[in-house]
Amino acid sequence: MTETISLELTRKDFVSDQTVRWCPGCGDYSILAQMQKVLPELGIPKEKIVFISGIGCSSRFPYYMNTYGIHSIHGRAPTLASGLAAANPDLNIWVVTGDGDAMSIGGNHLIHAMRRNVDLKILLFNNRIYGLTKGQYSPTSRKGKKTKSSPMGSIEQPLNPLTLALSAEATFVARAMDTDTVHLGEVLRAAAAHEGTSFVEIYQDCVIFNPNEWAGIDDRRTRPDHVIYLEHDKPLIFGKNNDKGVRLNGFKPEVVELGGEFSEKDLIVHDETSQELAYILAHMEHPNYPPPMGVIRQVRKPTYTEELMGQVRMAQERKGVGDLQKLYHAADVWTV
Amino acid sequence: MSVPTDHFEELESVVIRFAGDSGDGMQLTGTQFTTASAVFGNDISTLPDYPAEIRAPAGTLAGVSGFQVNLSQHDILTPGDAPFMLVAMNPAALKVSLPDLEIGGIIIVNTDAFTPANLKKADYAANPLEDGSLKGYEVHEVPLTSLTREALKGLTTLTTKEKDRCQNFFALGLAFWIFDRRLETSESWIEHKFAQKPEIAQANKIALEMGFFFGETTEVFRRRFHIRPASLPSGTYRNVTGNEATALGLVTAAQKMGKPLFYGSYPITPASDILHALAPLRNFDVRTFQAEDEIAAMGSVIGAAFGGALAVTGTSGPGLALKSEAMNLAIMLELPMVIIDVQRGGPSTGMPTKTEQGDLLQVLYGRNGESPIPVLAPQGPADCFDIAYEACRLAVRAMTPVVILSEGYLANSSEPWHIPNPDDIAPIEVRHPEGRSDSNGDAPFFPYLRDEETLARPWAIPGTPGLEHRIGGLSKAPITGNVSQDPRHHEQMIHLRAEKVARLADAFPEQEVFGPAEGDLLVLTWGGTFGAVRTAVTRAQSKGYDVAHAHLRILNPFPRNLGSILRNYKRILVPELNSGQLAFVLRGTFGLDNIMPYPNLHARPFKIGEVYQKLQELFSGE
Ligand SMILES: Cc1ncc(C[n+]2csc(CCOP(=O)(O)OP(=O)(O)O)c2C)c(N)n1
Ligand code: SF4
Repeated sequence: MTETISLELTRKDFVSDQTVRWCPGCGDYSILAQMQKVLPELGIPKEKIVFISGIGCSSRFPYYMNTYGIHSIHGRAPTLASGLAAANPDLNIWVVTGDGDAMSIGGNHLIHAMRRNVDLKILLFNNRIYGLTKGQYSPTSRKGKKTKSSPMGSIEQPLNPLTLALSAEATFVARAMDTDTVHLGEVLRAAAAHEGTSFVEIYQDCVIFNPNEWAGIDDRRTRPDHVIYLEHDKPLIFGKNNDKGVRLNGFKPEVVELGGEFSEKDLIVHDETSQELAYILAHMEHPNYPPPMGVIRQVRKPTYTEELMGQVRMAQERKGVGDLQKLYHAADVWTV
Repeated sequence: MSVPTDHFEELESVVIRFAGDSGDGMQLTGTQFTTASAVFGNDISTLPDYPAEIRAPAGTLAGVSGFQVNLSQHDILTPGDAPFMLVAMNPAALKVSLPDLEIGGIIIVNTDAFTPANLKKADYAANPLEDGSLKGYEVHEVPLTSLTREALKGLTTLTTKEKDRCQNFFALGLAFWIFDRRLETSESWIEHKFAQKPEIAQANKIALEMGFFFGETTEVFRRRFHIRPASLPSGTYRNVTGNEATALGLVTAAQKMGKPLFYGSYPITPASDILHALAPLRNFDVRTFQAEDEIAAMGSVIGAAFGGALAVTGTSGPGLALKSEAMNLAIMLELPMVIIDVQRGGPSTGMPTKTEQGDLLQVLYGRNGESPIPVLAPQGPADCFDIAYEACRLAVRAMTPVVILSEGYLANSSEPWHIPNPDDIAPIEVRHPEGRSDSNGDAPFFPYLRDEETLARPWAIPGTPGLEHRIGGLSKAPITGNVSQDPRHHEQMIHLRAEKVARLADAFPEQEVFGPAEGDLLVLTWGGTFGAVRTAVTRAQSKGYDVAHAHLRILNPFPRNLGSILRNYKRILVPELNSGQLAFVLRGTFGLDNIMPYPNLHARPFKIGEVYQKLQELFSGE
């Protein structure tokens, strides 16, 4: 194994020589900046980091990172990443994808990468629109959304990336926002630390084709009253003055004011290992609920490559390291 | 007439077909007969032919499963045109096979299956055993079912259904007696196969022996036959199907590169057996990946190639159609990998279990843009080993995806493989640029700086310090690989990728010709039509016809000397199991107008006889 030269990396080490070309104000910039800030802190040698993307505005991401990377084809990034992980289980692989890329054309691959628990960090930049192809509705666009391809409003039921990930048994499911940079950094760190598939939905602003999508929750000043930050083992409290919480009323979550009828003891306590709670949280959507931010679910299960390489090792212990001579003769043979 | 059962008629070769319902175990029976003959030392060639449905309605014409084997004391190249002996387990099997049977050939029928119901299912108006329609054949009526039941009478723990399942071994035993084969290999196969079920093993062994003794004790069979061992080059042999040989070739190439083999694939007939053959080889560091679809399989292979593994995928036509977008990405990324297309009858899902050569134009041209890809095609089951190894070697040499065009016929049929000594197989040289200490420095790494000789770009793998780089499917500038829409860059990169593939001709032997180097007629083939055509041409040459045969194993790039060879003949005949795809390419490539397509759209291999007849026609028409 080649040993690393220096682990004293800085943000600069991760900036490639390519000019970043997203629209001014695009949310992708801040995600890129957070990534370049977080990676040097992780203690991972730069040469072990790979970014793989599909096609879309967000998928230009790898070009801007001074790491290994592939800008692949629409929707297929998880497949390349899975093959790469199987070939080279040592790598730290990030998949960057958009809502159309991941959930429309690539929906099948997304769920299968997650169910296999391939050691990938999948970042889904959700702007609820097709950016690169100039503004058609996407699989996460709200019903009724008017776009160039849905002039009378979209008649399709949107997909929820988090519940999709949960159904596909992703072992790490989280959410963050492009504009909430500090929290985004924390989520990226947590995703990086997880072994297995980390799935992170990042609310991302397409200022050109879907500028108001996150109105109500993206303003730094009012945000604390409209989103909820999850912490494992902590009650679901939110609000600028920590005066609101979420409790369960039967099977339904309910937002309550604290101080009067309800106190902290009535609230749901976050448990990252609970699949049931995860579904409840993932269904809490703006504006009816404060959408949860942070780690919704995290469990440790064997990863695809652990299992794969485990089988290789076991086979070699049992049968010995492969020997071509023996393989060729493992049949009825005859000699002339 | 007295019955000299210890007297053998010597045959040089013989073609036998076992046919029955798809539940009758005919593939197994055929394979067992093949193995016994191969171990005895005959040259062999087999042709399994089974329905696409797992369980077509029992007893119907659609449900007939056949296995044909040709055994010989000579070097043979095909499973043979017409069976000399047919074992028919039911009326449908008889009906389907009879038109192929040699005049005067031997038929063994299971009379127990010739019930009114079965005759009806096979669309027989009258019982062919009684209406004289089998006159001219040597018919042996054997009540296989009742004989098997009788033989297994003592095994009280087994149900009648379980006993009936042994009747194929009874038939096999009988065939072994007629053709003087030994029971041992099948006996040990049975013991191994049913190790967990001793009663079943015992039943099958008894049925096998009783079939053999039945031949010996009854006076039904007047004739027994003997085929002497073939004088093959000395060495150790085993029987391989094309798919098995492909898998062995891939593992060998990976070992010869010192690389893990990554095989990403989605099941599809007739390619799945490659996956089945590779999956148990984890101790060779074979990492099989059953993808969610062919697109994913292709993507995974690209990722694995980027990661430095020997990356391979296998599929059939419909799956290849799905892969084409990702194949183009692989071409742009210039990563080495092998893509196997085991062709079957098309278009669309077509005929899953039947063979065809219909995907040539698809692999050559079926992608968007200028998308050159090397294409290799094996000529026989055993040749799949060499082609697989070659494809891997060329892929790494030029840093490019390479296609292997195999065929359902080659994939499933088998022949003896002269087992090589692995130490004699050349290593495959793999170069990865070394890491650089100025990992964080300014000296850029150029992912598209090419080797002067091969035009290959460097295979820099993630994990290597200092070589960090980004590649993608967008048009790029030469050398740096940076995204570029500059028209000159676009044009230059198209030329470079095409030239890189063309230069592979330097790494491949020139085309050889079998027969006169110039003259009247050249027959030009590719893929699995080799055997039938070579045999027909040999026959024609012995009759004095001015005909030569050239067989292409690499279809892109063409061998350097192909053009000059083609110009040496007055006429060129191109037999193909399609409507004339290679002929079309040759006309376009070499601008020749003396190319005669010889299409075959039956989704069955050529027969020697029909090719020979075609040659006769060509010469008599002069
Ligand atoms: C096979 C294929 N189909 C369609 C396209 C066109 N296309 C490119 S990006 C895109 C959608 C991108 O939307 P999203 O994934 O949400 O990413 P964004 O641009 O919003 O970041 C489409 C339809 C393509 N490149 N390839
Ligand atoms: S179109 Fe939207 S998503 Fe794309 S770069 Fe511009 S702002 Fe960003």
